[in-house]
Amino acid sequence: MTQMPKIDPEQCNLCGLCIEVCKCGAIIIVQDKVTVIETEECHWCTICEAVCPTGALTCPFEIILEES
Amino acid sequence: MQMVIDSTVLSQFPYFSGLAAADLEIVRQSFFEKTVRRGEMIFMEGEPAESLYFLNSGVVKLFKTSAQGKEQIISLARPHEVLNDISVFDNGPSPVGAQAMTAVIIDGIKKDRLDAVLRQFPQVGARVIQGFAARTRQLIELVEDLSFRHVIGRVVKILLEHAGDGTGPGERLTQQEMAAMAGTAREVVARSLKALEERGLIRLDRHRIVIVDKRALQEAAEEAA
Repeated sequence: MTQMPKIDPEQCNLCGLCIEVCKCGAIIIVQDKVTVIETEECHWCTICEAVCPTGALTCPFEIILEES
Repeated sequence: MQMVIDSTVLSQFPYFSGLAAADLEIVRQSFFEKTVRRGEMIFMEGEPAESLYFLNSGVVKLFKTSAQGKEQIISLARPHEVLNDISVFDNGPSPVGAQAMTAVIIDGIKKDRLDAVLRQFPQVGARVIQGFAARTRQLIELVEDLSFRHVIGRVVKILLEHAGDGTGPGERLTQQEMAAMAGTAREVVARSLKALEERGLIRLDRHRIVIVDKRALQEAAEEAA
């Protein structure tokens, strides 16, 4: 499963900025809710997180040690 | 057809908040408004400014381009922020380029009209000075962060503390959370991560920060302290 940015629907105010800035089309509106769809086109640029005015959309990083 | 700005919107721009309604109406006559399509450039880095622009709606990327063509985002402008006051007030070339990241509406005033407004309403000039003072303070703090490398050291410590121990993934942190922990801005964390990647200490693999050389990273934290 491809890891994708996370959306908290309770914090989302449907401003739509994330959809406008997303270059890979991973963010859409489904039944009046902002939804992130799984796509390998998402390169984790995190600009959607940067523009979100409410902090509803986040791009958490997983920090791991490289296997030797 | 040139669009006309609303005076309610004008009162939300930092230079003009606090002006009486009658004064706002006078200032409003000097403004023009235009729409910009997503992806379109509003002005280029290095261009002189003919008008002062405020962002009415949408998101604008302010960025620099290196000699090698690499783009560095300086900031993302939000509604009601001014886009190009530096080159308007010092008559120099724009230090950044501005590109619409969404459909954008900008409100502008030509420099000669702005001069007339400043003469007629000195309180606007005071607001301009306050705005520059606040921004200068922020820049000094940013320079301190970047120059003394305290932030890179703090970011490294955060990575080491939150990395998985090799048997499984560690905690997940957003850049905003790392910034809050490091006592800095999100953009500084992003640049710190890029700098660490360029040094070969970590690798940014989409949603993963991979610590490539833990010992070297620990040394980097110590040298930055």
